[in-house]
Amino acid sequence: MTPAQRRWAFLAGAAGMVAFYLWGMAGLPGFGNYPGPYGNIINAIAVAQTHATGVVSAVNFEYRGFDTLGEEFILFVAATGVSTVLRHLRGERERSALDEAKDRDVPPTSDAVRLVALIFTGPTVVIGWYLASHAQTSPSGGFQGGVVLATGFILIYLSGEFLVFERISPVNITDAVEAVGAGGFACIGVSAVALGLPYLSNFLPLGRTPGAVDSSGTIALISFFVGIEVAAAFVLIVSELLEQTLLIRQVSP
Amino acid sequence: MQVFPFIVVAWILAVGLYGIVTSRHLIHQIVCLIIVQSSTYVLLLGVGYVTGAVAPYFYDIPVHTPAVDPVVQALALTDVVVEAAVTALLLSFAVQAHKRFGTLDPAELAELKG
Amino acid sequence: MNPAGITAVVTPYTVPAALMDTLQVTVLVLVAAGATAVVLTRAPVRQVIVLSGYGLLLAILFMVFQAPDVTLSELTVGAVALPILLLLALAKVRRREE
Repeated sequence: MTPAQRRWAFLAGAAGMVAFYLWGMAGLPGFGNYPGPYGNIINAIAVAQTHATGVVSAVNFEYRGFDTLGEEFILFVAATGVSTVLRHLRGERERSALDEAKDRDVPPTSDAVRLVALIFTGPTVVIGWYLASHAQTSPSGGFQGGVVLATGFILIYLSGEFLVFERISPVNITDAVEAVGAGGFACIGVSAVALGLPYLSNFLPLGRTPGAVDSSGTIALISFFVGIEVAAAFVLIVSELLEQTLLIRQVSP
Repeated sequence: MQVFPFIVVAWILAVGLYGIVTSRHLIHQIVCLIIVQSSTYVLLLGVGYVTGAVAPYFYDIPVHTPAVDPVVQALALTDVVVEAAVTALLLSFAVQAHKRFGTLDPAELAELKG
Repeated sequence: MNPAGITAVVTPYTVPAALMDTLQVTVLVLVAAGATAVVLTRAPVRQVIVLSGYGLLLAILFMVFQAPDVTLSELTVGAVALPILLLLALAKVRRREE
C-alpha cells in the first residue's frame, strides 16, 4: 500500500471514528454539569473519614489503593523491562566509564548549563522529598514527588559527568531501593491482613485533621514508599539509557 | 462551551493517530503515541469538571465548598507517570531494533525478515 | 444548567466565571494547536523540544481545570523526564549511524 493510499484509508477511518465519537459525546451532560454522585460523596466524607485534607491523594492511596498498587507495579515492570531489553547482546562490549571518558573528544558542557543545574539540584531534591511525604495535606503525593526526586539526580548528570552520576546512583543500590518501595506498599497491605482487616485498610492512628505529616495513617506511609519507588525506577531507566549511549560499543558486526 | 473540550479531545486523538500512520521514523511515532495518550488526560479532567468549583483540597477552605471530582484526577495523575515509564520501554525497543536492523523507518522494518 | 444544584461559592480563590471560561477556551485552543505542531514536526530532535513546550501547555490546561496534582505530574514528566529519555535514545541511534 503506497503512502498516499494509506493516508486516504486513514482519513476515511478517522472520519468515521470521529463521527461516532461526537455522536457519543452529544449524550454527555456537557462540560461543567457534573451529575455523578461519586465526586460529591467523596468530597463530603473524605476529610472526616481519613483526616487527610488532600482528597485526591486520599482517593489514590486509600479508597482506590489496590488500583494504585497495580499502577505502581506497571512502573516496576517497565523499569525491569528496560533493563532486560537493553542488556548486553552478543557482539557488544562495555568499556568502563573511565576509559570511555579519556578518549572522548566532545566539547565540554557549557558553564551556563553546569551552573544552573548545580544551583537547582538542592532545591529539587528538597521539593521532591516534601512532595513525597506530604500527600495528605496539599497537592502532593508519591508519584509527583518521586519524579521530582529523579529529576534531581538527572540534574547532577547534567551539571557534571556521567562518572559522577554513576557513582551516586550505582545500579544495585537503585535496584534495592526500587524493590523496597514496591515491596513496602504490598507489605503494608499484608500487615493490614495480619491484623484481621481487609487488605490495604487503614490501620494506623489517623492523627489530627488539618493534616500534618503523621496524620491519615497509612496514606502518608504508602505515599513515601511510592515516592522512592518511582524515583528509583526513573533513575534506573535513565542510567540504563545513558549506559547504552555512552558506554556500550559494537565489537563485531 | 458545553462540548468544546470534547471536540478538542477528538482533534488531538485524530491528529496523533494521523502522525502514527504517516510516520517515517520510529521515534516520531513514539512521540505521536504520547500525544494520543495526552488526549485521554484532557478527556478525564473534562468529564469531572464542575462549573464554579475549586480544587478538592480542604486544607484552608471549609469542607463543604463545591469542588471538582477528585476520582478522575487520581486516575489522570497516576496515568501521567506510568505513561513515561511505558514510553521508556518503547524507546528501548526502538534502540534495539536500530541495532539489529540498522534502520528506524517503519516501512523498511516491516519488510525485513529476521 | 446545573442538575446537581451546586451554585458557586465565593472563596478567596474564586475567579469570575466569564474569565474562567475565556481562559479555558484559550488554553484548549492552544493545546490543540500544540498537538498539531508536535505531529507536524518531522525531525525528531526538534520534535522533542516542541513536545516539551506542549507539556507546559498541558500543565497550564490542567491548572485551569482545577487539578493541581495532575499539573505537578505533567510538569515534571512532560517537560523533563520524557525529553531526557527521548534525547538519550536519539543520541544512541545517531551514534550508531556515524
